[in-house]
Amino acid sequence: MITYLAKRLIAIIPLLLGITLISFFVIRMAPGKPVMLQQSLNPKISLEEIKRLEKLEGMDKPLLVQYKNWLWNMLRFNFGRSISDGRLVVDKIMERLSVTLTINILSLLFLFLFAIPIGVKAALKANTAFGHITTFLTFLFFAAPTFWLALLAMQLFCIQLKWLPISGITSLDFEYLSWWGKLADLSRHLVLPVIVSSIGGIAGLSRYMRSGMLEALSQPYIYTARSKGLSEKLVVYKHALRNALLPLVTIVGLSIPGLLGGSIIFESIFSIPGIGKLFYEAAMMRDINLIMAEVVLVAILTMLGNLIADISYAYVDPRIRYKK
Amino acid sequence: MIKLSLLVIAFFISLTPALSQDHGDALVSASIADSRTLNPILASDTASSEVAGLIFNGLVKYDKEINLTPDLAESWEIKEGGLAIIFHLKKNVRWHDGYPFSAADVAFTYQKLIDPKVKTPYSGDFERVRSLEVIDDYTLKVVYKEPFVPALSSWGMSILPKHILEGQDLNTSSFSRNPVGTGPFKFKRWRSQEKIELVANPDYFQHRPNLDRYIFRVISDESTIFLELQAQGVDSAGLSPLQYLRQTDTAFFRRYYRKFKLSSFVYTYLAYNLRDEKFTDKRVRQALNYAVDKEELIKMVFLGLGQPITGPFYPESWAYNHNVKPINFDPDKARQLLKEAGWSDADGDGVLEKNGEKFIFTLITNQGNEERLKSAQIIQLRLKDVGVVMKIKVVEWSVFLSEYINKRKFEAVLLGWSLPREPDNYDIWHSSKTREGEFNFIGYRNDEVDRLLTEGRRVFDQARRKACYNRIHEILYDEQPYMFLYAPDSLFVIHSRFQGIKQEPIGIGYNLIDWWVPKKEQRYSRVTE
Repeated sequence: MITYLAKRLIAIIPLLLGITLISFFVIRMAPGKPVMLQQSLNPKISLEEIKRLEKLEGMDKPLLVQYKNWLWNMLRFNFGRSISDGRLVVDKIMERLSVTLTINILSLLFLFLFAIPIGVKAALKANTAFGHITTFLTFLFFAAPTFWLALLAMQLFCIQLKWLPISGITSLDFEYLSWWGKLADLSRHLVLPVIVSSIGGIAGLSRYMRSGMLEALSQPYIYTARSKGLSEKLVVYKHALRNALLPLVTIVGLSIPGLLGGSIIFESIFSIPGIGKLFYEAAMMRDINLIMAEVVLVAILTMLGNLIADISYAYVDPRIRYKK
Repeated sequence: MIKLSLLVIAFFISLTPALSQDHGDALVSASIADSRTLNPILASDTASSEVAGLIFNGLVKYDKEINLTPDLAESWEIKEGGLAIIFHLKKNVRWHDGYPFSAADVAFTYQKLIDPKVKTPYSGDFERVRSLEVIDDYTLKVVYKEPFVPALSSWGMSILPKHILEGQDLNTSSFSRNPVGTGPFKFKRWRSQEKIELVANPDYFQHRPNLDRYIFRVISDESTIFLELQAQGVDSAGLSPLQYLRQTDTAFFRRYYRKFKLSSFVYTYLAYNLRDEKFTDKRVRQALNYAVDKEELIKMVFLGLGQPITGPFYPESWAYNHNVKPINFDPDKARQLLKEAGWSDADGDGVLEKNGEKFIFTLITNQGNEERLKSAQIIQLRLKDVGVVMKIKVVEWSVFLSEYINKRKFEAVLLGWSLPREPDNYDIWHSSKTREGEFNFIGYRNDEVDRLLTEGRRVFDQARRKACYNRIHEILYDEQPYMFLYAPDSLFVIHSRFQGIKQEPIGIGYNLIDWWVPKKEQRYSRVTE
């Protein structure tokens, strides 16, 4: 197991190098220039000034030299400064990370909390009215675009009923609130984003759960269990459910890089200062240092996520064991 | 008796507003984008400039009639035939940290502006300065290499505090996120992509602003901003024409908000690449101008909320030539002019030809601007009527500039310019400004315009300048290097509890420090420093 782990971890290094090399060249060779000033088409800014600024950003050097410099800095955990405002890239990411992470973890919890019971119930009552209604509703929510759901929810809960704030993650007087006041304020702001962002996932995941459960219930070992005279509860929740849960391990593993990802549409609608918007803007502005930092972050997390999924499989599924 | 009590009531009513302008409350404005930096000499985006404008002052500013007026300067003199400007500075000004403002700060700001290591985009105007001399703490003499009229307005540049920034690297200084200025509002806090909070500066040299706070909220989605208005979560926000005319036409909005419609400082145009053979003949460009109905564009795209323009100047300013009348929409005249220029439909397929080549061209515009795309589609339809095929291509902004505009790889583009308060248009129209990356990207050349543009920036007398710019306006409309389309109105709402707002040619923000909210209508708690 240890050797397996070590091998997998070492394999990450060449992969990461390859990913950054390709990304760097693709971004820099794509049309459009990473100088923010050029983007404003402002006659007050002269040609000489733009040339001077490009030089200050080190963009007049050959690409390979630029990549080498970037790599050397990255190895020392120096991701450089953002072109748009001169701030450290790491600062800009850290500032947004907590918000995105909080929302994503909450919605992931929310997802499992609802998707699993709904899926199980839907499988057990597959051919009843409940089963048909949940099938209909899950397809409806799965198909509904997030931004549209968000706007409808805002109109209802924030404007008609006035229960919740519309956008942002804090109120304007947040800084003047007590500790408890701050917590309550944050929670009130997070209700809609968390629900709306997980609702499509709940619909999708409960379908997975339902079909996994139906499949498990038709397996021979379920007949065995029933013929042994076990109670229906034990059959369903011990024998069928545990097997139906296996695929979820993969989903959890794959959702680890997603924990740090954000959605630009979702963040814009709720006006959430998250990672998604940061990187969208970075891409639009060709803010290379910021984009590369994101590439590294997502690449590492994806590879770690896969690794974690593989390892946990070995634990939960006795059919898979890695050789010593 | 009833009459008397009514009189008494009327007396008190008439008295109330005069009693006091209450202090307190906050103005919350919504902005689509967050600021990038609050260091005014590094900021080039509108969001940043808007916030920095409340924290800092320049030596001069524009008053409500769009004339230059002293700000940190007390007065100025123009000497030596326009080569030198002597600024006398105000003496009672303090930085937000209490340190007195002096000429040393101005000299420091100037040095930073011309420092090649500082990432400022504004060095151009200041590189014309031959010398800047501090005569005493409150007097400065700036000498130019040659007379340059826009020089005076360039001193509207915000002044930075020397005592804080000396010895720091401006590009990376934390000052950009924690600025100290001389302006009516002090910086309080910045939560990235959420809000920037400013508080009233009690020692502001004019007087303390009546409002306690000014909060910029970043809400990056227009529909969310509109929902926030309905919940009174923001006090001021821009509107689309549809929102202005229909969606705010409700009892709620009439009760809680005041709508504003101002001329905006931007205009949209269709520019031809004059190096392209199709467009070298002036008659062709005039014909296309006759073929497009600008009123129709304004009606269809902006629901009538805009005005047609005929030249590159702000319609409310002294430089705009109102004697240049827009031509009437006239497709027959267009056909006739095209015929004179040698274009005719010999093979009867509805498309004009000349020397065997069909009149087909591609118009490029940038992605993400719905109004421009709609306008392009209407123009496409109108040009088809006179036998000209216009294709439309939409390109992402950064690529649009670097690959098409800067490399001059276009036949025609649909774009907009913002109109600075200073009418000098040299960089856009002078024939020397056609190198890659410069702004005369259409390759326009007219010797008279060149001469007038040079004169316009050398002569300080406003009447003579007006003559220059009026003539330029006339020539440009006749020659049609651009098809001047429209200036959309700037539409927005402000919560009706704010008193003292007056609409003037420059807009409404010029007297922000006098805006106030009656005590009983205030919505945000008092914050004392």
